[in-house]
Amino acid sequence: MAFIPHTEADVAAMLAAIGVARIEDLFDEVPAELRVKSLSGVPEALNEMEIGRLMSARARSDGIALNFLGAGAYEHHIPAAVWAITTRGEFYSAYTPYQAEASQGTLQLIYEFQSMMTRLTGMEVANASMYDGASATAEAALMAVRANRKSKSARILMPLTLHPHYRRVAVTTAANQGLKFEELPYGAEEGITLPDALARYEHEDITALLVPQPNFFGRLEDVDALTDWAHARGTLVIAVVNPTALALLKPPGEWGARGADIAVGEGQPLGVPLSSGGPYFGFMTTRMEYVRQMPGRIVGRTLDAAGKEGFALTLQAREQHIRRARATSNICTNQGLLVTAATIYLSLLGPQGLARTAAAAHARTRELIAALTRVPGVRATFTGPCFHEAVLHLDRPVAPVLGALAARGILGGLDLAGFYPELGNALLVCATETKTGADIDRYRSALTDALQSVRAA
Amino acid sequence: MSAREKVIFEYSREGRGARDQWPHETPAAALADLPPRLRRTRLPSLPEVGELEAVRHFTRLSQLNFSIDTHFYPLGSCTMKYNPKACNQYAMLPEFLLRHPLAPESHGQGVLGCLYELQEMLKAVSGMEGVALSPMAGAHGEFAGVAMIRAYHRARGDLKRNEIIVPEAAHGTNPATATMCGCVVREIPVASSGDVDIEALKGAVGPHTAGIMLTNPSTLGVFERRILEVARIIHDAGGLLYYDGANLNAILGMVRPGEMGFDVIHMNLHKTFSTPHGGGGPGAGAVGVGTRLLPFLPVPLVGKEAERYRWLTEADLPQSIGRLSAFMGNVGVLLRAYIYMRMLGREGMRQVGEYATLNANYLLKRLQDAGFDAAYPQRRASHEFIVTLKRQARDMNVTAMDFAKRLLDYGFHAPTTYFPLLVPECLLIEPTETETKDTLDAFVAAMLQIEKEAEDDPGRVTSAPHTMPVRRLDDVRAARQLDLTWKPTAQP
Amino acid sequence: MSKVPPDLRYTKSHEWIRTLTDGTVEIGITDHAQHELGDLVFVEVPEAGRTVKADEPCAVVESVKAASDVYAPIAGEITAGNPKLAAEPEVVNADPYGEGWLMRLKPAAGALAAAGLLSPAEYQQVLDAEGG
Repeated sequence: MAFIPHTEADVAAMLAAIGVARIEDLFDEVPAELRVKSLSGVPEALNEMEIGRLMSARARSDGIALNFLGAGAYEHHIPAAVWAITTRGEFYSAYTPYQAEASQGTLQLIYEFQSMMTRLTGMEVANASMYDGASATAEAALMAVRANRKSKSARILMPLTLHPHYRRVAVTTAANQGLKFEELPYGAEEGITLPDALARYEHEDITALLVPQPNFFGRLEDVDALTDWAHARGTLVIAVVNPTALALLKPPGEWGARGADIAVGEGQPLGVPLSSGGPYFGFMTTRMEYVRQMPGRIVGRTLDAAGKEGFALTLQAREQHIRRARATSNICTNQGLLVTAATIYLSLLGPQGLARTAAAAHARTRELIAALTRVPGVRATFTGPCFHEAVLHLDRPVAPVLGALAARGILGGLDLAGFYPELGNALLVCATETKTGADIDRYRSALTDALQSVRAA
Repeated sequence: MSAREKVIFEYSREGRGARDQWPHETPAAALADLPPRLRRTRLPSLPEVGELEAVRHFTRLSQLNFSIDTHFYPLGSCTMKYNPKACNQYAMLPEFLLRHPLAPESHGQGVLGCLYELQEMLKAVSGMEGVALSPMAGAHGEFAGVAMIRAYHRARGDLKRNEIIVPEAAHGTNPATATMCGCVVREIPVASSGDVDIEALKGAVGPHTAGIMLTNPSTLGVFERRILEVARIIHDAGGLLYYDGANLNAILGMVRPGEMGFDVIHMNLHKTFSTPHGGGGPGAGAVGVGTRLLPFLPVPLVGKEAERYRWLTEADLPQSIGRLSAFMGNVGVLLRAYIYMRMLGREGMRQVGEYATLNANYLLKRLQDAGFDAAYPQRRASHEFIVTLKRQARDMNVTAMDFAKRLLDYGFHAPTTYFPLLVPECLLIEPTETETKDTLDAFVAAMLQIEKEAEDDPGRVTSAPHTMPVRRLDDVRAARQLDLTWKPTAQP
Repeated sequence: MSKVPPDLRYTKSHEWIRTLTDGTVEIGITDHAQHELGDLVFVEVPEAGRTVKADEPCAVVESVKAASDVYAPIAGEITAGNPKLAAEPEVVNADPYGEGWLMRLKPAAGALAAAGLLSPAEYQQVLDAEGG
């Protein structure tokens, strides 16, 4: 079924009006040798009942496990109203708001989103979203090169404590435009970027410094010192932050003496389901002085011909459809539906709800660490405060332990062996407000058994 | 609806909130390990409203929008076809929604199977050898495609090839993408027939040619009749062909880009495969490649060994251009595309191409019979076509923009205006296959009515729209007096 | 019909040059250019002290429908960017040859003589060919 409403009578009338005998004839400009004979790689059509059965069976086979994975995607409670409203046809099937008068709903919502994100990050202006946190980070690096007129090097300092996938995406995206990413090591005990990692760059021309908060290990970086160090050298600061954490932690706009210059991050924790990795959305905020260097769509408030307030896309001259080869980025479609969900989520939670969510996630993680480090063979890898995520060291290889846990319906966390082999048997675990004391106890018990069975093997 | 809907901050009252959504309060002691110098001193000033207030506000906002579910939306190049509800319902099954991206493959054979089969179906309709699903939008797919072309030339040691040829009528993302990949753009003209100027193309190719970016049917709404010749010229010069799949709906099931000579393609799943436009995304820009570019595909993709599915990463594709997404791309969108393609099936794919083309040619003929000027009257419409209003602009001082705004009052979202830039006062019109003949006839009637108004009462058209929540907006003011974030005492 | 003052020189890319009494030159965009762009919303001018080569993009004029580079007609050192335009870009539309000047420049030795600048008549021919 292709959702085609035409009757035979319709088709006949239309062909007659056009003046051809068959629909075939409308393809007479296509060279005959190009016409497809059969689409053998595509199966026969299924009706809606059949596809429903198929998808339900596949979903059932995947099941739902007890999840202690974080690593850039976080399980939070999503109020029912969020997706009930987001999937309304008027939001779901609307287009990009180029015809402003017919899109005031979407435009006003984006304006409200922009306003909420500036308050959350402590910055001055936000765009209407990027694809995800990783691509937003890459675009921020490109933006910093444009915005930092005093620096010519296009060298970007990138801590190893920044999410490994974000680092890879930054290089994939920006290396073709001449950016050079240089890795900063972290302290083996502390799990954060230390001053001595920056020492060799004292007198170098560095365009920007990336600062994650919390970092990939869940640890809290010394953001004030890092920000002031960068600014003293004419280096711009790009903050990569978790939006839930910003309800409790000092926002990038207040880092150091002057605040960060650009703040980006992954918006998924704000009402977007895990969904095997997407669709999520990246947020990007900055100071007003850099607004013309910022990629992506921006909504502004203005007046209509009768003096009434309304909303429209603005500063479009930076974008691909006008500037073409000289555009700030090639981005066109972004992540509008997820921004809708996040705006509704933030409105339902408000400052108190978001702060409670952050606090509960932090508390559950502390309980998880306390419970798991009581198991023989398990200790915390790093000293120092962390936020809703931490690295544990096991006395056995992590992969078989995770396998044993998974067999009991528990996703215990992320094995860091592939990303950080220097950490040995390291496991990144996370607990949010969605986990209960009973869940944590179940994990502890299963981990005890799993370690014993791996020892015995 | 003349009173405006307030901005949500204006409903905010201290102490209000949707308390049932909040976790229980955490004792302060549990936060004692967070150093005070890293803590906020004040809560962020997000709006404080109750649940019903929020629901009402956002529901009312939704009612201010045009959408496919409510209006005919003939935006050329956007393919605003029906977004089947089944795609949403089954993509949002709880097991799919709750699965973490880093969950083990053992706990994801269902979703991985859907993604693998999607890759296979996209290969079949595009005529390509390999497909990667991680690019998160068309422009993102374009980036991957051009990056792969560059990687291919570099791997052969051919470092001088950095020019990308782009027809002057191309979508803005094409030259923007070329620049993002560190390439230089070389524009070539389009002939008056609507086809690429072959002589100009021959003059533009050489040892610096990395490739060409083309859409077929083109952005002018017509089929590139000499495409096989274009492919030969580019290949003979040592370059590769990139296919911008934005207009795939016109030829779905009828022609395969791989058979036209293209080496790499991106497909807009949010256009051709009906995933929702969502007010500006999320999209998905799956890329397909021929054998030459297989090693360079962006990771991850889904592989199959014995009867098990797994992710293929840089360990499997050491020459990959790299990673474009933190995780696997827009999986929820990919699932919707999968469901749609399974419901279409083999026969349905053909029907899409056939009926999209039928609707476009019928609408073109009716508009021509009504006296409107087609930009390429000698050509068949593909799934879209261009009408130029330059005569009306000259004789009646009424522009394409004015027509677009007045169409809103008649209950139709305007077609695409002023793209491609090549045709003055143009409307690029794409009805799609899911519209009835009755809707198309009503659109023609509205256009005729507006033209009559332009003769008798032009002010009515030039000051349109009249019945929308707002009148025409001052975008000069929006850009000169930037108001991009709500402030408590700000007045516009 | 756009204005083409007789006492100035022009470029094909729609810039004008006026020689000032102290030997520096004043540069702006023509009436045709400002009309094509529409209402300007933003203008970026170069900083004093910057050295530019001929044909180097050194300023940006932005309207709601376009953002265009402005090219230095000759090589030299920028002595001033018009400070008024940051707050009032619309001055370029209202008075493109007067108050709407974009920048002043001290020409490099011999640059003015060597540059292939157009006379008012030659520039008018460019406009006629473009249909403006």
